[in-house]
Amino acid sequence: MFKQLTAVIGMSLQTLPQRLGASSVIVIGIAGVVAVLVSVLAMGAGFQHTLADTGRPDRMIILRGGSDAELNSNLTRSDVDTISNAPGLAKDSSGKALLSSELVTVVNVPKLDTGTDANVTLRGVGLKLTEVRPELKIVAGRMFRPAVRELIAGVGAAKQFRGLTVGGVLHLRNADWTVTGVFSSNGDVHESELLADVDTVGSSIERSGYSSAVGLLTGAAEFSRFKDALTTDPQLKVDVQRETDYYAAQSKGLTRVINIVGKTVAIIMAIGAMFGALNSMYSAVAARGQEIATLRAIGFGALPVLLSVMIEALLLSLLGGIIGASLAWLFFNGHSVSTLGGAFAQVVFQLTVTRALILTGIIWACVIGLLGGLFPALRAARLPVAEALRAS
Amino acid sequence: MKYFPLIWATLWRKKTRTIFTLLSIIIAFLLFGVLETIDHAFSHPSSGVTGADKLVTTNKYSITLSLPFADAQQIRSVPGVAEVTWISWFGGYYQEQKNFVFALPVDTDSYFNLHKGEFVVSDEHMQAYRNTRTGALANTALLKKFGWKIGAKIPLHSAIWTRKDNGSLDWTFDIVGSFSVKDPTQAGAQATTLLFHYELFDEGRSFGKGSVGWFEERVDDPAQSAAISNRIDALFANSPNETKTQPANDFTMAFIKQLGDIGFVLRAILGAVFFALLFLTGNTMMQSVRERIPELAVLKTLGFGDGKVLGLVLAESLLLCLIAAIIGLVLSYAALPIIKIALQGVELAPTALIPGLGAAVLLALIVGTAPALRAMRLNIVDALADKR
Repeated sequence: MFKQLTAVIGMSLQTLPQRLGASSVIVIGIAGVVAVLVSVLAMGAGFQHTLADTGRPDRMIILRGGSDAELNSNLTRSDVDTISNAPGLAKDSSGKALLSSELVTVVNVPKLDTGTDANVTLRGVGLKLTEVRPELKIVAGRMFRPAVRELIAGVGAAKQFRGLTVGGVLHLRNADWTVTGVFSSNGDVHESELLADVDTVGSSIERSGYSSAVGLLTGAAEFSRFKDALTTDPQLKVDVQRETDYYAAQSKGLTRVINIVGKTVAIIMAIGAMFGALNSMYSAVAARGQEIATLRAIGFGALPVLLSVMIEALLLSLLGGIIGASLAWLFFNGHSVSTLGGAFAQVVFQLTVTRALILTGIIWACVIGLLGGLFPALRAARLPVAEALRAS
Repeated sequence: MKYFPLIWATLWRKKTRTIFTLLSIIIAFLLFGVLETIDHAFSHPSSGVTGADKLVTTNKYSITLSLPFADAQQIRSVPGVAEVTWISWFGGYYQEQKNFVFALPVDTDSYFNLHKGEFVVSDEHMQAYRNTRTGALANTALLKKFGWKIGAKIPLHSAIWTRKDNGSLDWTFDIVGSFSVKDPTQAGAQATTLLFHYELFDEGRSFGKGSVGWFEERVDDPAQSAAISNRIDALFANSPNETKTQPANDFTMAFIKQLGDIGFVLRAILGAVFFALLFLTGNTMMQSVRERIPELAVLKTLGFGDGKVLGLVLAESLLLCLIAAIIGLVLSYAALPIIKIALQGVELAPTALIPGLGAAVLLALIVGTAPALRAMRLNIVDALADKR
């Protein structure tokens, strides 16, 4: 049985070059499906990745109760003072809490590719910034100075928006702000933002309070103690979340939409490709009719014939899947794009063709190939031997 | 036309193959229709016929920064401005965050004058609204969505605005009436709109009093929009609150562009689909002609000229592609209501399907040309001798 199988498969593969046209239909059709599937899902993966990489479980974000997002939130100076005395917060050498009071607003900055204005987050940050966010590294230029209109731009923002390189000038409310540096931040969402001194931003947009406070705890285990202390304080009305939870929630909506859209389009394309595969495999079976009948006549079983057709379809679709996934990886992996994120502001992210996505693509390819090969294989196995031999 | 039965017969010579090829092309055009309509919807945001004479004035540097209410008087004095109204972003939802309500605090007189003839409100409801300080008018679709009744007290949560009296983010409104939108292309975008009194909002909020989110203007002559926009912005140049005024359509467009290059993604997908389709259909046509070589030779022997044979094969290719394309496009038209639900507030234009027929003809010509030329160049003697 096994010997028969290898012999039949060997034969069908040897005659493959004669059926190059029909075979390439399977390969190209499936490559198209997989390329689209993997590229679109890579968008979702990249976006999710950017937000998932933001924050640490031991870093807290405190918002006004019921505000959902930083842009909507408002904390007073006394709120922030109270928060800085809460238990569990890490302290610097002089005993000051590692807490950054932040003020978030969005500013219109033109996108480099379209030239149209986009909402870019301008985040005013406290003096403790570098201790609260140690992952932040200046990669060009220097840090902004407090009390003057200077800002630093994330590497993602610098790539996507106009005028955000070192020495660039941003006009905001009657004043020019100078870009003094570009920073990286572990590939997280802050790389899409502009950072500046919180009080300078506040005076510029005439806001006395803050949007949020971001504090580093002495350990992730301190979360509930810290949270309880703040939420039970009758003077305060705040929501306390781990940064990781806050940002993960922001990626949910869009990632879901991208995945649904990508998979819907890919399913429709896959159905089309399956019809193509059916066509090609039926014509392959027809072309090999006499050969198959001869094999059956000299004692080959129906099963090896059936399997040989299935395996041919599978190999062709596997090839298509590999080509499709490679194309997606080649053209789009690391491709930097930006979109309007959950928080009303631009998020810059890179398409990420992960190994899991490549595997998904190849599995899809194999399923399409198997479905497309099944019925032609059944026909091949059931071929009436005498008639097929007589056909000229 | 007299050759139609012949072409039809040759098309169905191998039934299975034709059916599978047709199905593949149908699927491709179904996708084409759906993606083209989506692309069209995103690149031509319609604010309906009523949108052409509207302008939107926002803060120049950030849409989250407010503008002083006092600007309204100055804008109204700009020649060409027929009406101006002011609105703020309430960020409202009902009970849960996913139950978004497009709640807008509006100035009753100027808002309804600016949108004259666009809403259908009964006089009774309008009167009740004017007489009730905490009153709200809800879109009939919104009432249906949450099962609200006229006369009900509805709490809405604002993500932004705390109340001055109790510091809470929860605001309560009396639903005193309902309205619907006349322009059917706007019905989707307005489906969750709830209008309430700006006075209540401004006096009730704990901060931001006297500021507005944005202004909307109606102009006498849409052709003058650009000039009027410049005049409005010039009023506030070099003030702490510089403005950016643009036609309402451009404002929407700018928002959509922020989502990213949707058009590129859709075109890239269609590119992949059609590339694969070229091979698939091309292969079918090639096979079809290859198998019919002796038949074609017989036709030529009977006196069919080279041109006619070429035409017959091309016509077969056209027939195949057009039948499938029409079915696919009709299916995608039937799918429009589903897409509309998925893309809330986006209007779809069936006219975006027309380029599909052009694409079908192009596809037919590309895949038909090579086999047609082969058929045309057949040498009768050789072809008849070929016994396959």
